[in-house]
Amino acid sequence: MIELRNLRKTYGHGPRAVRALDDVSISVPAGEIFGVVGRSGAGKSTLLRTVNVLERPDSGTVTLDGTLMTGLEGGALRQARRSVGMVFQHFNLLANRSIQQNVEFALEAARVPRGKRASQAAEMLDLVGLKDRGGAYPAQLSGGQKQRVGIARALAAKPRVLLSDEATSALDPETTESILDLIRSINRELKLTVLLITHEMDVVKRICDSAALMENGAIVEQGELVEVIRTPGSKLAAQLFPLAAPADDEGPTVIDITFAGGTADRPVIARLAREHELDVSILGATVERIAGTQAGRTRLALPVAGEAAAAVVADLRRQGLIVEYLKGGAA
Amino acid sequence: MIDYDSPDFWSDLFEVLLKGTLETLYMTGIATVITILVGLPLGILLVGTEKGAFLERSFGPVWVARTINRVVGFVVNVGRSVPFIILMIALIPLTRLIVGTFVGTTAAIVPLTIIAIPFFARMVEIAVNDVAPGLYETADSLGATKGLLIRRVLLTEGLPAILLGVSTTITSIINFSAMVGVVGGGGLGNVAVTYGFQRYSWIHIVFVVVILFAIVQIVQIVLTRIATRVSHRSSTAVLPKDAELTINPAQGVAT
Repeated sequence: MIELRNLRKTYGHGPRAVRALDDVSISVPAGEIFGVVGRSGAGKSTLLRTVNVLERPDSGTVTLDGTLMTGLEGGALRQARRSVGMVFQHFNLLANRSIQQNVEFALEAARVPRGKRASQAAEMLDLVGLKDRGGAYPAQLSGGQKQRVGIARALAAKPRVLLSDEATSALDPETTESILDLIRSINRELKLTVLLITHEMDVVKRICDSAALMENGAIVEQGELVEVIRTPGSKLAAQLFPLAAPADDEGPTVIDITFAGGTADRPVIARLAREHELDVSILGATVERIAGTQAGRTRLALPVAGEAAAAVVADLRRQGLIVEYLKGGAA
Repeated sequence: MIDYDSPDFWSDLFEVLLKGTLETLYMTGIATVITILVGLPLGILLVGTEKGAFLERSFGPVWVARTINRVVGFVVNVGRSVPFIILMIALIPLTRLIVGTFVGTTAAIVPLTIIAIPFFARMVEIAVNDVAPGLYETADSLGATKGLLIRRVLLTEGLPAILLGVSTTITSIINFSAMVGVVGGGGLGNVAVTYGFQRYSWIHIVFVVVILFAIVQIVQIVLTRIATRVSHRSSTAVLPKDAELTINPAQGVAT
């Protein structure tokens, strides 16, 4: 659905040039929610804006549903943009127009005949849970409600793709959840493909099917989340499971065990103590719901090193667990 | 000297003041309408043709927009820095070309409009510059044309500030229209000169001052009220008070 190929973009010239996009390629299948995570300044925002060509890449191509977006200009580009909805961190609503008029503005931009705008806008407001609030002005709404209007506006022209620019970053945790749930439900109901950028890992965990990690304008890792968490050494997985780094004085061997899907509910540690007669200490553990499945990671300190530790790890791996050494051992 | 005890004094005074007031309203009204019609697009053009702004590529190559910006900016600055009385004299040939004569109430509209347009264009520029930058991007993302961006985003979001600009501009035009009276332009300025100055009638001066004050107050109150009504930026709308805007009659500068 969304095909980004070898995108490059540099701002400025000479020694002060900033490479915002460094050979970025991403492919988002139809109906998927794809998250790009990274720190601010990593180039996420530029990347998102190349999709509807608000930013024109220096080289590379953007293809949406077979349409070469980077090949379009003027009226053709405007027309193509209408099939891509976009929501913004700071909502970007027209302050002096009512909620209803804000949504109607999108319909007017999309050349929907005047007579149909009111009913279509009302329909959209109903979809995002703001029925009967059409007459209110943005200043009278809470942050979460404003973002709902932003979503209604983005969806008004019935796009096939939704771009989300840190849509929940200005919201409190509870409101964030409700907005993410809304995005998830419209993704399913309207079969909408969603590309979102965020610096919050919780957003990825909660709604994304796939994710990419961006650093200094380049994608350093990407994949389906269910795969990512099974990948040893994955930076994305490390961020998905927030565990504190082990202290230096922990036992000779420290390992991370990742449980995903079917292995999540087995009594692994009890078995370890029983069969290997080891005093295992748990340094940290987390259970997350990632891409709709339960997944967890446990950090253990083993009182043994070398071959004894390797035997334990081999045994765990035979059980289908993903084991990584953090300290000691040769992976 | 005026004979205050003459039986016709009050009816004469009324007639003179009514004529003067109507002339002032006529000059100010026409000048305001033309000023808005020309100054509004000019102000938007000034903002839009700036580096990286929304009209940068609307005139073909970028250098065309850049040139338009420089030329319009220069003309506006010249217009704003020439004292009105000098501009009025300098414009005599143009006035004669348009109206056929350079004296009289209708003729006065030409210099009044010319001085007010750059003034108002700058006010529009300030109002439009105040529109949140994210809204341009939003309009683009929705596939809106530049025309729709201007009508639905810039003009609606900038409307309260533009209305206050109109209010200040009208005050300014009334101010200058009095000066026109000195050189035979008609209006309340002319009343003040012919009756108050040349014939020492303090009563005429008092009435002229009161009427001018009333007109300016009504304009400001009405426009400020409309501006507050169309602004929904916050539930407790705070607008800059028009009273804080002061006018330097020599240049027509508002700060």
